[in-house]
Amino acid sequence: MISLNYYLSLGAILFAISVVGIFLNRKNLVVLLMAIELLLLAVNMNFVAFSHYLGQLDGQVFVLFVLAVAAAEAAVGLAILIALFRNRGSINVDDVSDLKG
Amino acid sequence: MTFEQVVVYLISAVMLVSAALVVTMRNPVKAVLSLVLTFFSAASLWITLEAEFLAISLVLVYVGAVMVLFLFVVMMLDINQAELRAGFTNYLPLGGVVAVLMVVEIILVLKGREYSGLQLASEQLRGPGYSNTRELGAIIYTHYIYPFEIVGFVLLVAIVGSIALTFRRRTVSRYQKPSVQIHTTKAERLRVVKMTTQRVDLTTPEEFVPTTPIQTTPTQKAEEEST
Repeated sequence: MISLNYYLSLGAILFAISVVGIFLNRKNLVVLLMAIELLLLAVNMNFVAFSHYLGQLDGQVFVLFVLAVAAAEAAVGLAILIALFRNRGSINVDDVSDLKG
Repeated sequence: MTFEQVVVYLISAVMLVSAALVVTMRNPVKAVLSLVLTFFSAASLWITLEAEFLAISLVLVYVGAVMVLFLFVVMMLDINQAELRAGFTNYLPLGGVVAVLMVVEIILVLKGREYSGLQLASEQLRGPGYSNTRELGAIIYTHYIYPFEIVGFVLLVAIVGSIALTFRRRTVSRYQKPSVQIHTTKAERLRVVKMTTQRVDLTTPEEFVPTTPIQTTPTQKAEEEST
């Protein structure tokens, strides 16, 4: 029988991989969005694992909500990306520093 | 090692390797395809965790819709990859340290506790008559109905927002504007022009004698006086 710790560690490693991805690709907006999707997947993995090992479905309901919000976020993020590329001709994060943040 | 454990370990390895490929691939199209593989492996793992409905919806919603959207966007944009890859490894040491620290911390926390009670609860697998979708629907539409409706509204906002962001009004083409047509007033379309009356003699002056003098406008009267 596979323990809960195994799935939690798996989620942690997946989360760490996507954090590395955010550090590595901090110029490419598309890969940044994909890394965020991976982060949410790692969180969902923990939710599903706990839901299974506790024998309760509430964790799965939360996963459903996270999936819906992540889909909305991806749609709006890609729309912003397209509007950005249309105006600037680039998706480099360094080119979008107009706010000087 | 049972067969189930072998399957789970294999799928987990595939998932982690493809996740690592997502963030290191040079070509974004290949990165999206690796992401598809990652999500698919995660869906398989969720099936072993008895979350069948979520596994199916992950494949349908994510692999089927969101990843295809990503693929479309990546293929539409003409991106200069070399420029985006510049300084790729500059932040590798920092990111690596952060990531290793995170994993070590969580594993240390997990080592401390045993979750033995949870282990026992998961021993009895649900029978063949158990429907994950039915159970999930039963609590979503009763206990979680209000968050569920809010999520629906979030999706609506996302639809409207993404259309508003990417919609481009064409300036070249000419088309009807029905709202302007409907809201037009009489004053905009109809212009009453004041014309000076003109006397046309149809008959000879001797025969035609007007009974009443013809009304003339002041300007005309002035013209007649001047001539």
